[in-house]
Amino acid sequence: MKEEFKVISKFIKEKSRVLDVGCGDGILMEYLLKNKVVDVRGLEISKEKVKKCLSKGLAVIEGDAENDLKQFPDLSFDYVILSQTLQAFMSPENVIENLLRVGKKVIVTIPNFGHWKVRLDLLLKGEMPVTKNLPYQWYNTPNLHMCTIQDFYNFCKNKRVNIYKSISLNGEKISNIKTSNLKYKNLISELGIFLLEK
Amino acid sequence: MKNIIIEKTLKLDCGKEISNFPLAYETYGNLNEKKDNAILIFHALTGDQYASGINPITKKEGWWSYAVGPGKSFDTDKFFVICANVIGGCMGSYGPGTIDPLTNKPIGTNFPVITINDMVNAQYNLLDYLKIEKLFAVAGGSMGGMQVLQFVSNFPNKAKVALPIACTASHSAQNIAFNELGRQAIMSDSNWKEGLYDEKSTNPDKGLAVARMAAHITYLSKQGLQEKFGRNLQERSDLKFGFDADFQIESYLRYQGSVFVDRFDANSYLYITRAMDYFDLTKQYGGNLSKAFKDTKTKFFIISFTSDWLYPTSENKDIVIALNAIGADVGFVEIKTDKGHDSFLLDVPDFLSTIKNYLNTTYSNINERRI
Repeated sequence: MKEEFKVISKFIKEKSRVLDVGCGDGILMEYLLKNKVVDVRGLEISKEKVKKCLSKGLAVIEGDAENDLKQFPDLSFDYVILSQTLQAFMSPENVIENLLRVGKKVIVTIPNFGHWKVRLDLLLKGEMPVTKNLPYQWYNTPNLHMCTIQDFYNFCKNKRVNIYKSISLNGEKISNIKTSNLKYKNLISELGIFLLEK
Repeated sequence: MKNIIIEKTLKLDCGKEISNFPLAYETYGNLNEKKDNAILIFHALTGDQYASGINPITKKEGWWSYAVGPGKSFDTDKFFVICANVIGGCMGSYGPGTIDPLTNKPIGTNFPVITINDMVNAQYNLLDYLKIEKLFAVAGGSMGGMQVLQFVSNFPNKAKVALPIACTASHSAQNIAFNELGRQAIMSDSNWKEGLYDEKSTNPDKGLAVARMAAHITYLSKQGLQEKFGRNLQERSDLKFGFDADFQIESYLRYQGSVFVDRFDANSYLYITRAMDYFDLTKQYGGNLSKAFKDTKTKFFIISFTSDWLYPTSENKDIVIALNAIGADVGFVEIKTDKGHDSFLLDVPDFLSTIKNYLNTTYSNINERRI
């Protein structure tokens, strides 16, 4: 999703150190290297994807965020990015805690389970929603902990995590999420992008 | 055979000093005008300088023929690949088989005990001789990987890229145990004669062959052995109720042992395994491996193999962790294969192609100053 990358890239200052957790094929890493002067590292669980990244000369290590974030010292990165994978962890709570430990700032994007199509699916069909961003069936989804933008806001508030910026993505439309329009944005956003700080 | 005589005194870890000693080497490909395409490869326990092509002594393919050559992982159309025989070795470099001019006999066990550090320091002279200011990369598997780690810690930023493969920063008790088994096999051969055997006549071949057989098992995985040999019988339809090689695996190991003694010196085997056992980079840096790589600007790419139980992924990962702790530029992947520790020497396409792409991309990225 190009728009997501644009938003993330805008958050990041030049010459900073970035860790992309769950970097996949390294597309975001390449985007950042191309568009920003950054030092970017990646962590990825899939061997196939790690090999692809390394073939492109990207500094990526094979590992999973729930166990392998431990090895990074406190505040060793200016930014740590977690793009659309928070919901797949056994313990999103621990992962967020670790991200905030390793990174001075943390960028998290979440597929919004509060989107009206998702709500409508459940309301009208009475079935678990299957959408473009969430294409899985309930029995094969890797997404263990789906949440809405509102849920994530509440989580941050409870955990005393500062949300510096929050952006709504709806198709190609990019807009700001504020406390005043939160209910509405939670209904129309496909993706929420958050810049966090402890 | 190419070699240089190192005149400069080298102070060994054991305290002794050596000078005017030979170091045999081989090169592949050409050094370019900018002299920025040189790769120094370190060989493993039983390797030598003949990484690629036909080894002129053994008449067999070089030990890393799958990886080194035109169009291969270490593409010799593009890179200038250098490989030296380690000191302590038996392919032309200063070792226990070197003839002592005073006695006209092999030095044997009068040769000083050497370390991985000594090996690397000796090879550094080769770069001065070849007038290479900065290497593009250093690479090696197993003991070669240990040399990579020692090299980058001894000579920070001498290489832009480091590829330690299937290795460890600290030889484990299990590693030492297997090496000790090999050494005991050699030393209990009556032909060993406290290491002062004459290479031309009676060698401790039986002991060396057993050492090789035992070691060979550690290079393979259980699954790999089972798939290749299972309980297949060797040229017979039934068990013979004797101690001949009934099983194919027995015959295979005996063969591996017998061909090894033709190309390797028993004393070299003792010295090199000892050097591996003494290797503990973590201890060299006061228990903190990260300190070995302090302020490094080298890009590291660490590779391990799923079925390697001799230098398992966990030990390779310790190196990754130490590098991450200091924010070094490090890539790491564990390659899936059932070929065991030997995977780095074999035709493992995933492994070979990932290295090739990594080196080629990194070389052009560095030239374009993107990284």
